[in-house]
Amino acid sequence: MKVGLFIPCYVDQFYPQVGVATLELLEKYGCTVGFPLNQTCCGQPMANSGFEHMAQSCNELFTDNFEGYDYIVCPSGSCTLHIKDHLHSGKKEDSAKHIKSRIYELVEFLTDVLKVDNLNASFPHRVGMHQSCHGQRGLHLSQMSELNAPWFSKPHHLLEKVKGLELVELDRKDECCGFGGTFCVSEEAVSVKMGKDRVADHEQHNVEYITGGDMSCLMHMAGILNRKGSKVKVIHIAEILNHSGI
Amino acid sequence: MKTDITSHAEAAEAFNKKESYVNWHDETLWFVRKKRDRVVHQIPEWEALREKASATKHYVLSHMDELLEEFEKNAIRNGIQVHWAVDGDEHNRIIEEILNRHGIRQMVKSKSMLTEECHLNPYLASRGIDVIDSDLGERVVQLRQEPPSHIVMPAIHLKKKDIGDLFHIHLGTEAGAEDPKYLTEAARQHLRETFLTRRASLTGVNFAIASTGGFMVCTNEGNADMGAHLADVHIACMGMEKLIPTFNDLSVFLRLLARSATGQPITTYSSYFEKPRKGQEMHLVIVDNGRSTQLGRADFRNSLKCIRCGACMNTCPVYRRSGGHSYHNAVAGPIGSILAPNVDMRKNADLPFASTLCGSCSNVCPVKIDIHDQLYKWRQVLAKEGFVPKPKAIGMKAMSVLFAQPRFYQWAGSVGRVVMRTFPGAINNGLNPWYKQRDMPEAPKESFREWYIRNRQK
Amino acid sequence: MSSREIILNRVKSNKPEPTQRPEELPNPIRYENLLETFKTMLGNIEGKAFEVSSWEEITGILHSEYPDMVNKASDIPQLADWVDFSLREEDPHQLDSVNLAVIQGELGVAENAAIWVTEERLSHRVLPFITQYLAIVIPADTIVHNMHEAMSQIRTGGFGWGAFISGPSKTADIEQSLVIGAHGARALCVFLLKD
Repeated sequence: MKVGLFIPCYVDQFYPQVGVATLELLEKYGCTVGFPLNQTCCGQPMANSGFEHMAQSCNELFTDNFEGYDYIVCPSGSCTLHIKDHLHSGKKEDSAKHIKSRIYELVEFLTDVLKVDNLNASFPHRVGMHQSCHGQRGLHLSQMSELNAPWFSKPHHLLEKVKGLELVELDRKDECCGFGGTFCVSEEAVSVKMGKDRVADHEQHNVEYITGGDMSCLMHMAGILNRKGSKVKVIHIAEILNHSGI
Repeated sequence: MKTDITSHAEAAEAFNKKESYVNWHDETLWFVRKKRDRVVHQIPEWEALREKASATKHYVLSHMDELLEEFEKNAIRNGIQVHWAVDGDEHNRIIEEILNRHGIRQMVKSKSMLTEECHLNPYLASRGIDVIDSDLGERVVQLRQEPPSHIVMPAIHLKKKDIGDLFHIHLGTEAGAEDPKYLTEAARQHLRETFLTRRASLTGVNFAIASTGGFMVCTNEGNADMGAHLADVHIACMGMEKLIPTFNDLSVFLRLLARSATGQPITTYSSYFEKPRKGQEMHLVIVDNGRSTQLGRADFRNSLKCIRCGACMNTCPVYRRSGGHSYHNAVAGPIGSILAPNVDMRKNADLPFASTLCGSCSNVCPVKIDIHDQLYKWRQVLAKEGFVPKPKAIGMKAMSVLFAQPRFYQWAGSVGRVVMRTFPGAINNGLNPWYKQRDMPEAPKESFREWYIRNRQK
Repeated sequence: MSSREIILNRVKSNKPEPTQRPEELPNPIRYENLLETFKTMLGNIEGKAFEVSSWEEITGILHSEYPDMVNKASDIPQLADWVDFSLREEDPHQLDSVNLAVIQGELGVAENAAIWVTEERLSHRVLPFITQYLAIVIPADTIVHNMHEAMSQIRTGGFGWGAFISGPSKTADIEQSLVIGAHGARALCVFLLKD
């Protein structure tokens, strides 16, 4: 299985360890992983700001980089969703279509394609799971609390296999953290207030770590946690699932 | 693109100055969302109901002219006088004319967001016609001379102390009294007088039934009925999209409306008007005011399915933490943000950006409007039309250049990280909006790409 | 061109491609025990339900719920002796002093404790709203499971006004505190009359 590794721009620059954990996980399960060296960004920041038309060069670059893989895997729900919904190529529309049908966020790739059973991971800590919006409501990684529909959660399904991990139940299961892309600075007051409230929910349940599938949400929450000198840390779900413990 | 209204971001910042107040506002509205969730889970066929309502409204949109004509024909046959208003101004003039014909200078009104949209009250006031809003929440904001902040709970932004103080001044209640029962009783007495003496009553229309020419008005307080059944003249105002095809269709919508809005199985009163009372004149004003334009917008026409339940506002994490007034529109929140730009793009260019696109609104919408998708699409329209602030547009252009060139992106990334590590003050300062209340992430020595080259490139 | 023509023309040219009406809902909610469900739902919304077998029982209960009540009104022929307020006045404003009104309903709905009433059995539309206290009588066997059943039993075209009444009037407009008795009735008793 030839897997193309798509690492979000901010993960590449600020959280390389998340990329490492993702890569190692995929390799553990027998994937042949390639990392196109010329990838940059999926274009979501421009598109969400209304400048979809300016993201076309991103789309072309993405299509060039990722055509020719059986699957493309990304440790970010929002970047994955963006490609699925918006990737178009002027010159290689067939490749773009193929990519859209074969791109997966990491958790859903592990549960739906690799159908991972044994994780051999250990993380003996109290953990709160932040269910990022695009992964949940866009990629259906877990059931949405607004609907009258049976519960399921792909990230929970994996985290439950991690030895020693105590998954904590929150007051508001799927409220947005407030990052929202450029929203985090253009509506700074509300963005921070939303982040503070999310963080407080976790803190009230005495978590040691907040995890999730999107480093953008975690980065925003970490910024708030660090500013208040909190002991709570953030960690991407890839790092937990890849954690063999010491 | 400087306009003279406060943008949502500015208003939201002011709203967030008092954190305890924001916490209270947020909790209060989240409580309503939870009430909704509770009753939704009591109806196993809830999602099928939503789907049926959505499909019925799609049918209405695609047959709107026929249904409007059918509705009018039946209403007229029933003895209702039907008027058509192209815009808010015409709507206001029609109502003024009806009142003038009867020599009426005082009217009692029950809740109608349409009349807020058309600014009816100030128009009539300027013509010497006094209007009293009889819905308790609406009366409160009317006395405070401010618009409602929520389409279902107009005074949700106010604490009982605020209302107590207000009623002390205007209704003569005891100073310092804030017991809701006591205050409601005072309002009951004060407004009862209004119902009994005013000869004209204006109501909204929750649903207009094409096949019968009748319409439904839903309240918990009973104020629409108190007004309508005593008045010589009953004027009902409706946005033209409020149509539903048949009387039977009410079953679906009445099951969805109150559960979505307040978590009640149904409002106390769902009042169905088909014919005027003996000796009474009944008027219906059908209003366009931009709706036909929205109908023509393929990406945005689904917003016309809205039944004005307010569930999207209750679930919106941004609305809860910024308040209805920050949207500077009669209808606030997520639905307001996709309706308002249709009417005035310049004035409302900020609204589709007052969102993280989390998608919760689309999930609670009883008629399955794709609200968060429309918010995204409005952003594209607004950017193309030039209504996104210049600095942001420039920033985005720079970003698109950066991300189109891998070498440039890689170089910029490593330089940026070096700066962050060596000269933190260059980034961690007052000019950086992120830094105001959040620490920046740490800048690692190596990007993932650099690590990969070092560890995996063979 | 009239406003009507302008609007209809705009709508004609802007409306989307026609779609079909959806199918009926296959399995709307049904309850094991209609009477019990109705009574529970009514209790949840601060109404009181009484299962009765006669009009005497009804007046008896009203007497104990509202002792010494004056200005009692009703259009129900069986209560002609019980009333002390005449509804023969044409002017509905005269009903301002009605304290307790008893009206006849057509059917009840278990899913939300709503009762369908129409003006066919009322001398005045305003009666259920202007009265301080309201009681509604429905035959116990008219309770249906859900709104779909209710609507299918209602024939429009005859009456000029009808309403679903579910509980006493209420508001939560002051800090979400529920207050019973806004502009309509302060309390509601429902009599489920068994044959």
